[in-house]
Amino acid sequence: MIQTALIMLAVGVFAGIAGSILGIGGGMIITPILTLGMGLNIKYAIGASIIAVIATSSGSTIAYLRDNVLNLRVAMFLEIATTTGAIVGALLTGVLDPKYLYLLFGCLLVFSGWNMYRKLRRGSEVLQRVEPDRIASKLKLNGTYYDKAEAKNIDYQVENVPAGFSVMFGAGVASGLLGIGSGAFKVMAMDTFMKMPLKPSSSTSNLMMGVTAAASATVYFFNGAILPGIAVPMALGILVGAVIGSRIMQILPARWIRIVFIPIILYIGLQMLFKGLGVHF
Amino acid sequence: MAQNKATANEMAQVETVIGRILQVGVIFSAIVMLIGLVMFLVTGFSGYNGSYVPRRMGQILVGTWQLRPYAIMMLGVYCLILTPVLRVVVSIYAFYKEHDHLYVAITTLVLFILLVALFIGING
Repeated sequence: MIQTALIMLAVGVFAGIAGSILGIGGGMIITPILTLGMGLNIKYAIGASIIAVIATSSGSTIAYLRDNVLNLRVAMFLEIATTTGAIVGALLTGVLDPKYLYLLFGCLLVFSGWNMYRKLRRGSEVLQRVEPDRIASKLKLNGTYYDKAEAKNIDYQVENVPAGFSVMFGAGVASGLLGIGSGAFKVMAMDTFMKMPLKPSSSTSNLMMGVTAAASATVYFFNGAILPGIAVPMALGILVGAVIGSRIMQILPARWIRIVFIPIILYIGLQMLFKGLGVHF
Repeated sequence: MAQNKATANEMAQVETVIGRILQVGVIFSAIVMLIGLVMFLVTGFSGYNGSYVPRRMGQILVGTWQLRPYAIMMLGVYCLILTPVLRVVVSIYAFYKEHDHLYVAITTLVLFILLVALFIGING
């Protein structure tokens, strides 16, 4: 019993650090460890991973009293799309063949991975345009973040708001319908489509994931999918890990984060494509 | 650029208020979970027969009052689940203080959608 608690605590710290740096929540790390590593029923693994997402989100937002990386306006504006999408997705269960969603999102993620690679090669993190985007200006989405690695404030502009909003809606549908953590989609929508720098993208994604997950977590909570002996030590570990992780994230050069992020996003994308094509491993 | 500056300052204030309240909320739920976990590990007993887990709110509150470890742990988890909702609520207040009516409306809409999702979840 104490052994289980200690393992979950350690897994949590690791998942919290990784999830908060990348903005992808802990589900991707937690679910395989629980199902493959510990032989836990998938129902409890999903319950635990949704708690993991919330713990990562809340842990990384309290790391600093004043988070000067995330963009609260972008988060709240896009949250309209993800939460609505999540409801639509939940209602579409059984109506829509998930196959097409897997294919669509698999393609999008692979495209996004390629795009991130190009951004990496080009070497510039911030897009500077002469003409600011009209919708972004109207919604006051353009922002500034303090980059500790470069020790300066970086102004950035947000672009393609309708495209980002649509991808977010799709991400919501996917998470409601497929029950997959949509952190990678959120980072993709902000980074690839709205041309935001990676650090604000990943920390804004962290905030948004918590809000979206809170809705579905209540369902899992009252369904009995939460095993306190597993979820509690894990959540405590994640809270600690996320606080550490978001401090690391601020001092890491954005380039390094991108280098870690690309293989992960490609991996998730390919996995979805294979699922959509009906290939199982 | 001057307008940009004002927006940044506004956000700084918003985030300080939100940060403090969120810290309190998250630390509170962590403490509740930790108390439950320590009691569970020290006594080696969940407070319930077999692998039973309390999941109705009434049961959890009564169990917490009776100092049953699993009930306290579940209460902590539930508080943790509510922290992002708390964040949305506080953001509405903060945007209101900043006289940003557009974002008061946007964030209220988010809260409303969230409540609809909760409602569908509980009844569906």
